[in-house]
Amino acid sequence: MLHDPALRILPCGDAALTIEFGETVDPVLNARVLGLDDALALEALAGVHETIPTYRSLYVSYDPEILSFGALSAHLEQLAARTGPKPPSPRRWRVPVSYGGEFGFDLEEVAKGKNLTADEVVRRHVAGDYRVYMLGYMPGYAYLGGLDQSIATPRRNEPRLVTPAGAVMIGGVQAGIQCLEAPSGWHILGRTPMRSYHPHRDPLFLLEPGDAVTFYEVSLAEWHEMDKAAEAGECVAELIILSADQMAGGVA
Amino acid sequence: MSVLLIEEVGPATSVQDLGRFGALRYGLGTAGAMDRFGLACANVLVGQPWNAPAIEVGPLPMRIKVQEGSVRLALSGATRSMTLNGAPVQMHESVCLAEGEVLVMRASKGGVFSYLAIEGGISGAPSFGSFSVHRRAGLGSPLARPFEGGDRLDVGSMQPGAERRLNLPKAVEGPVRCVLGPQDDYFSPEMIAQFFATDWVISATSDRMGYRLEGPPLTHARSPNIVSDGIANGSLQIPGNGQPLLLLADRGTTGGYPKIATVITADLGRAAQTPVGTVIKFQAVPIEAAQAETKRFMQLVHQLPQLCQPIGQEGISSEMLFAGHGAGHATNALDPQT
Repeated sequence: MLHDPALRILPCGDAALTIEFGETVDPVLNARVLGLDDALALEALAGVHETIPTYRSLYVSYDPEILSFGALSAHLEQLAARTGPKPPSPRRWRVPVSYGGEFGFDLEEVAKGKNLTADEVVRRHVAGDYRVYMLGYMPGYAYLGGLDQSIATPRRNEPRLVTPAGAVMIGGVQAGIQCLEAPSGWHILGRTPMRSYHPHRDPLFLLEPGDAVTFYEVSLAEWHEMDKAAEAGECVAELIILSADQMAGGVA
Repeated sequence: MSVLLIEEVGPATSVQDLGRFGALRYGLGTAGAMDRFGLACANVLVGQPWNAPAIEVGPLPMRIKVQEGSVRLALSGATRSMTLNGAPVQMHESVCLAEGEVLVMRASKGGVFSYLAIEGGISGAPSFGSFSVHRRAGLGSPLARPFEGGDRLDVGSMQPGAERRLNLPKAVEGPVRCVLGPQDDYFSPEMIAQFFATDWVISATSDRMGYRLEGPPLTHARSPNIVSDGIANGSLQIPGNGQPLLLLADRGTTGGYPKIATVITADLGRAAQTPVGTVIKFQAVPIEAAQAETKRFMQLVHQLPQLCQPIGQEGISSEMLFAGHGAGHATNALDPQT
């Protein structure tokens, strides 16, 4: 693939650019973004500061005193042409969630809209095999692909000005985990005690772009116990590193 | 070590340096000084590195008192009048405060943020290499929040030496320069022309995250939504209602609205210093010109220490220093030219 007509490199001012692989939410595009991100990190090119991998593009922040837009664009175009998609990550998170009730105040309405019981919506949400497409907007906010489209629900017309920290939510075809309190137009199905970002913990962040995520249901009592541990700096969610055999077999 | 007491302070006053880099990929924004040039000017006056942490003073008045020891300070950035124990003090000059002395800074005039730098710096512990307060992320040092009345700060103690004055270079004027994109193709040529022709007014709902711009709404040629992508400091985002949002230091790292243009690095501080209720206007420049401007801007920042001179030697202009006719040269016996 020497020239990719869908590939576009766009300036974001004089000190950043965006390299776009397409304009849709698509796991294939996202794997190419993550592949290029890894390749660029490996090069450690002088003047490249840091990157934001997103659904379908890679944002690259750079030092215009060292790299011109033209030179960096030409370099990225070549690098993208010889870099393949990133293979699925062996990192898999099991994330605890308390669904419904005061933690998942939109669960009943989502269920009603789909002519399903609340339990069935939870079952389909828990059954999902998700992937972190990107982390953005706010610290630790994870945008997930892999939502069962039978429970996909358009965003609210009136976004809420405040939604709670740890909200486990769906919006359109996407799913998400919010770490900090924030405004949102998404539907809140439940709440996780996991802090994907914690300013007083090492590591500061848990989820990486490309990580696989599954959810499991916990009781309110378990949730409160885990919440205390998480606030004190425990990870709470379980990280499994799959073996090559497990990856090849597609076994969770 | 000396101690400063914040006796009175308005909103949006916090410790800021250049910002926090390296965790954009996790959604952690940079924060950092809204006007880097103002930060640099204040820092060099008290012998600090240009990008050291200083107090970014919001638009309202502030009163500080030296509680222990003695300190040397300097204020740059947005203009405001100041008094030390009731007597006027100049901006862009270092000044010493003894224990018990009080410095009053009035509201800013014709700008928004001023920078108060302290000789020997502010004590604290950086996270991701930065002291910058990012309230939402719960980061910042020594406090992870903007200042409140009654806060105390451990700071460096005054060292012997003359006070210094900064001969500020002539300020750049005219429209704020931007580079088109990344999503200028979401707008018709007529809408792009309208964007650059409009006198936008900074809305009262503006803050360190971004400035809302009021004016005739813009319309999108395509959808007002994009698949979320990265957001640079100075992005001019156009949401569905057509009112531009200039995204600044505390912005989210990604967003889902098209960005018509991005303010160039050299003009970011100038844009951020536009007060609420006043006009801001933009002008498109080619990316090559923008990058050349950034180089010039950084050269100027690095020259700032040479533009400072001890008070009492006002006869020597910065032009003379640069031309090689300064006092240092005239007394250099090893220089065959003298």
